[in-house]
This record gives sequence, structure tokens and C-alpha cells, in this order.
Amino acid sequence: MFQNANYDFIKWRWHAIFLSALVITAGIVFGVTRGVPLGIDFSGGTIVVVKFQAPVSDDQVRQALVNAIPGEQVIQAYGDPSENEKQIRIPQVISEGQGSLDQNANAIIAALRKANLPQFDVRSQDLVGPVIGADLQRRGIYATLLSILGITIYIGLRFRFAFAIGAIAATLHDVLVTFAFLFFFGYDLSLNVIAAILTITGYSVNDTIVIFDRVRENLRKNRKDPLEKIVNDSVNQTLSRTIITAGTTFLAVLALFLFGGEVLHGFAFTMLVGIISGTYSTIFIAAAIAIILSGKQAKGRAAGTRKAS
Amino acid sequence: MAKNLRWKVITIVGVLALAVYSFYPPDQKVRLGLDLKGGVQLVLRVQTDDALKLEVQTTSDRLVEQAKTANIPSAVATVNGPTSFTIAGIAPEQDGAFRNLLTEIDLTYDRSPGAGGSYTFTLKPNVVVQLREDTVNQALQTIERRVNELGVAEPIVARHTAADQIIVQLPGVSEVARAKEIIRSTAQLELTLVEQGPFADENAAKAVTGGTVPPDMRVMPGNMSGGVPGQAPTTGYYIVRRVPAVTGRDLRNARPTLDENNRPAVSFSLNQEGARKFGTFTQANIGRMLAVVLDNRVAEAATIQTRIDDEGRITGTFTTQQAQDLSLVLRSGALPANLVYLEERTVGPSLGADSVRAGVLSAAGGLLMVTLFMLVYYKAAGINALVSIAANLIILLGLMAYAGATMTLPGIAGFILTIGMGVDSNVLIFERIKEELGTGKTVKQAVAGGFDRVLLTIVDTHVSSLISAALLFNFGTSAIRGFALTLTIGLLANVFTAYFVSRTMFEATLVGRSPQKLSI
Repeated sequence: MFQNANYDFIKWRWHAIFLSALVITAGIVFGVTRGVPLGIDFSGGTIVVVKFQAPVSDDQVRQALVNAIPGEQVIQAYGDPSENEKQIRIPQVISEGQGSLDQNANAIIAALRKANLPQFDVRSQDLVGPVIGADLQRRGIYATLLSILGITIYIGLRFRFAFAIGAIAATLHDVLVTFAFLFFFGYDLSLNVIAAILTITGYSVNDTIVIFDRVRENLRKNRKDPLEKIVNDSVNQTLSRTIITAGTTFLAVLALFLFGGEVLHGFAFTMLVGIISGTYSTIFIAAAIAIILSGKQAKGRAAGTRKAS
Repeated sequence: MAKNLRWKVITIVGVLALAVYSFYPPDQKVRLGLDLKGGVQLVLRVQTDDALKLEVQTTSDRLVEQAKTANIPSAVATVNGPTSFTIAGIAPEQDGAFRNLLTEIDLTYDRSPGAGGSYTFTLKPNVVVQLREDTVNQALQTIERRVNELGVAEPIVARHTAADQIIVQLPGVSEVARAKEIIRSTAQLELTLVEQGPFADENAAKAVTGGTVPPDMRVMPGNMSGGVPGQAPTTGYYIVRRVPAVTGRDLRNARPTLDENNRPAVSFSLNQEGARKFGTFTQANIGRMLAVVLDNRVAEAATIQTRIDDEGRITGTFTTQQAQDLSLVLRSGALPANLVYLEERTVGPSLGADSVRAGVLSAAGGLLMVTLFMLVYYKAAGINALVSIAANLIILLGLMAYAGATMTLPGIAGFILTIGMGVDSNVLIFERIKEELGTGKTVKQAVAGGFDRVLLTIVDTHVSSLISAALLFNFGTSAIRGFALTLTIGLLANVFTAYFVSRTMFEATLVGRSPQKLSI
């Protein structure tokens, strides 16, 4: 696949940056106008998943609950509709010391039992108090930022500064694009989703490092060539690897998305988007930014290597 | 060269054998997490302020008591908050005598004199930290004992991320409400003297003593005698002695029993020290009322008929279950502070079983798709890749079993990503070998060159992934930790399998031969 590939990727760098900026901006606008959809892991609240023995509509469930539980309730099918599973979410948070954590869950189950609905099983219950939610929110943000910082430092040590920035720009790009897609497709930010995003930061940098390693190698071999050519050659030389790896990882995660069940759906979706975005940013964004930052004076010099190495 | 190769093969076979040994049989050695097995996970906060308040209250009570014996009867204590109290009413001529009492208290409290013969005592900051720490550890041990008595298999009770939080995991528990109640019962038992009562309400009780309760007494709600088992009894109010004769610390054992009317009750026995105290106390108070106080509520009040040494019984309006649970919590000791539930996650066993099925199915599906692709695209070399990926998964499973790590649903996702990474490293190597072949090198040179050149890249990519995995691990929650741990072990194993195992296989097939073509 792609043997002796010779596409001019670098020529498209501004188009690529424009496209990415568009997606990211749309994502930010979405996030700002509609609010970031936090799952209960972060916002606190109650989720009960029940499995009915016969089909039930969301409305029937809503009817059963509307009088028993004040305030907002979100009812949706959980997983495959033929499974008759419903997820009931009550976002409001009980402030500490006022009532017990499980009062909403108990009220939901009691109301469903009383209503004229088919028999059901409680499949799972998640009750998250506000303290834990706020704590996880803080730690989720720290973990993501620290992950990016840690990788920046590592790349900064191993490669030249402009390249470190390129790699980080690509990683940030992937995180933001992934968020944008999560917003578009209405996924709540849960712990699993954040775990997937952290995994993506590692994965995205992997791809980029492979190309940068090659750039470094080619710079030693062909000192005369301009940086644009060297980078473009490197992208082409590693293209089969980039595509094959992305393809197989994509396949493995696709299996998770298709068969992994509802619990891992958000995780798998995030990974799928991240893999595509990671591959794209590796080819179009990381190297492009490194070239732009290296500037014209870098032409013909060992731009990818530190003087010591 | 051949000898070298033999050692490499022996190393690989040895590592794999160890890995298989440590996880076989998997249903016994691989621990499933709550999300796969079903069960409940609870995060609790220990209200450490309670323990501080108790310490401050006890100390101030004792100091007033000591002041009285030292002929300073006017000393009165006010508790200002969880960490400080004030003693007032020390006349100037008594000041020296009072300060003589303070040698011990000065070790743990900062003291500042106030106006009109008063002193304010504040717990030293390091003592506060230590007390809070001790309280959480003590609560942890108590919860552990209770959970063990519940008979749950493989429970986890551990400190959580924040200093005052405890995480409890109870796999396979179906009576969640009961388990929660047992864990959080403070179970503070006190046997103390009833001064007067019961009264119909609190004000009536206070009125008897002239509107204010004397400092060595307390008004406490409690059960009126009679009542139906399992139903809330009518509440009455008692005036009881503040300082109990015996507390739960003096208990030796507690067990469910029946009273003379065949109603469920709890009988308890006291240890030597407790028996001595209780004997003297009951001897001195025959004919008066004794209150059995449980968590600041009079569970029972009865007349002391005779001297009692080491046995006692709490009757009340218990159901059989309640009597059992009460004996359990009394046996396991009192909690040093109240607990609040911060998080509760329950996974039904049916969902857990479904998740295992889904996880295995998707891992198998992923592996199958990758296998097909590798065999079609890399032909014979594809087998190499698959063997090294399989070896990776075996080592991963072995190390997880060895470390006693739990397999969670996100952990299965970690397995799938490990497959992805295994493929990545192999692809990286194979593509490089192809390139080397393209420059006209011999097969042996191309293989050696491919592996050598890729090593640095593999190290770089793995280090960066390890950085994000490490941060994920720090991020907390057990499920995510399961994922981070699998990913980390998978990454480390992958360096060994993709580089060392795969290379050895190439070398083994090329030994003594110089083929013109490589099936790659």
C-alpha cells in the first residue's frame, strides 16, 4: 500500500488548518451556546437503568414518574431498543445534609413499581453526590492538561522546539475535534469519555513521533534539501504505516463500538473519532505547524535535530 | 549466533510459561471488577469534625471536673467549635492552681488567656491533622470488620482520593440498603444512669430542672416502653447522666437473642475492665433506672434490680433482622464519626454478565478483524505479528493476575487497545523491512536493519503513551484505573513482544538459510 507514495501534503497545509479551525470553532460555538453536556460523573445526579419485560415507550415511563419526582427528568432508551431498557436521569443534585443520596433512585423505582407498567429489573444505579462530581471535574481537567504538558516536555527533550509545538498542536487539535464531534452527536462527557480522550492524547502523539523520527533521520541523510521537501518525503515514506495502523486500530475499536455494549459506547465513539482525527492531524497538521514555526531560515539545515544529537 | 538464538527462544518460552502459570485457571485467578460481576461501590466521607468535637467536649468536661476537685467550683466550659473551648470563671487567686492542672492539656492545645479569668484552648494544628487521620483510619478498620462480618466475598475497603473519603466495594451484594445501613451505623453504645423521665416532650423534661439542663446531665430522646417489633416506637425524653458508666469500648461480644417474651433482643457481654466498672456502678445504684443509649438515643430504660457484672441485654422493638444487624455493628465497634454517602454505584448481576459477554465478543471481534488483515496483507510475516500480539495478551493477563489487578470493562477496552498497539509496532517494523528490501539489501540485512531503525521510534511512542496512561491512573476512580493499568502493562509487554519476540521469530526462520525473498 502506498509504495513510493509521493503526494504533496505540505501544499495543502493552509487548507487543512482552515478545515480544522472550522470544525473546532463549530465545536466551541456548540459548546458555548448549548452548554457542555456533562454526564452525572461530573455534574452529580442520579441515573437508574431498568429493563422491562415488554416494550414500553419513553412517554409511559415519563407519565409514571412525572407526579412522583419533581423537576427535570431525562428518559431515553438504553442500548438496543429491542432490549426494552430505559435510562432515567435526574440531574438535580441533593445538597449535602439534605436527604440521602439514594432518595431519588428510590423514588424512581417506587413510582415505576406503582405505575401500570410491565415487570422490570433494575440493571444499574449511579448516584453521584455534588462533592464527588466537582472533584472529578477538577481532576479530569488536570489530568488532560498534565498529560499534554508531560508529552510536550518529552517531545521537547527528544526533538527540536518547533517540532514539539507541532506535535502538541496536533494533539490539542485532536482533543478539540473529538470534543466537537462528541457535542454534535450528543454524547455526555463521562469518566469513560475522558479516559478515551486521554488515550487519544497518547495515540495522537505516537503517530506524530513516527513521522518526526523519520524527518530527523532524513535531515541527517539529505542536508541540502529544503525542510518542506524533507517533511513531505517523510510523511510519504511513513504513509503506509500511518494508514495501516490507523486502519487496524480503527477496526479493533470498531468492534468495541459495535459489540462492547452501551456502557462503553461513549468510550468507543470517542476513540473512533480520535483515531481518524489523529491520523489526519499527523499527516496535515503536525508537520505543517513545525514547518511554519521553523520559518524560512531553517531551510537546508538540520532543523529536526537538536545540535547535540 | 545459533546459541544466542536458543537462549532467546528459551527466554520467550519461559516468560510465556510464567504468565500462563500465573493466570491459569483464569476463573480463579483473574479478579472481575464490580462492573463485570455486579455489586455496589460506595464512596463515603468520614465527618472527622465529629471526632474533634468529641475530643474537645471530653477534654473540657474533664478539665472542669479536675477544677472542681482542685477547689475551683466556679469553672465553666463552653465549646466554641470543633477545635476549641473556653473555660471561664477562674478568679485571680485561683489562677495559679488552675494553671497547675494544664500540664497535660498544654501538649495538645494552644492556650490564650481572655478577659475576666477565662482561657481559650485551641487544638494544635498538627494534632488536628493527626486526629482527623486517626479518625479516618479507625473508621476504615471498623467498616472493614463490618463488611467482613456481612460475609461478602472479596470486598474492598480503602482510602479514597480525598483525605477524608473511604471507598467500599461489595461484589455481588443484593441487599444494598441493608449493607449501607450496617456500614454507616455509628453504633455508639453507652450505659448510663437515668436521672428523671421519661417525659412527653423535651420542654417538659427541661422544666423539671428549671429550664436549663445541669452541665453533667443531658436530655435525650428515647423509646417509651412497649411498642410493636419493627415499628417506630413512641418517643419520650429522658434526663440522663452525661458521663456513661460503660461504653461500647468495654464490650466483649454481642449476639442476637430472645427476651422472656420471645421477642428479638441483643445480649452483650463486657470485658474485664467493663465488668468491674459496671459491677460497682450497678451495686451503687440498685433501684434506679439504667438507660441503654444507642447513638444518642435511649433504646431502653430499665430499673436496676441487682448488681450486674458482665452480661446485659438490650430489648426493644427489634425485628429479628434488626437484632442481628445491631449485634453485628456492636461487635465490630463504634464508628468514631458519622459517615455521609457521597457516591453509590450499583451494577446488577445480569448487566455484569452481559458486559462480560459484550467485552469478550468485542475483543474477539477486534482480534479476528486484525488477524484477517495481517494475514492478507503481510502473508507469512503476518503470522509473526499475530504470535507477538498473542504473546503480548498472555503476558498482560499473567501480570494482571500476578499483581492481583481487577479486570473491569474499561480494562477490556485496554486489552483491545493493546491489540491495536501490538499491530502498530509490527506494522512499523514490517514497513521498514519492506523499505530496506526495496533498497536492494539481502533479506537478513533488511530484517536486521528494519528492527534496528525502528527501535528508537518504538521507545519514543511507548514513552509518550505511558505518560498519558500514568496520568490516567492518577486521575482516580477504580474503573479508569483498571483501564490505565492494563494499558500500562500492555505497553511494557509490547516492547518485549513486538521487538524481541517478533525479531527472534524472524531470526529463527532465517537461521542457516539465505532466502532471496521474504513473505511480507
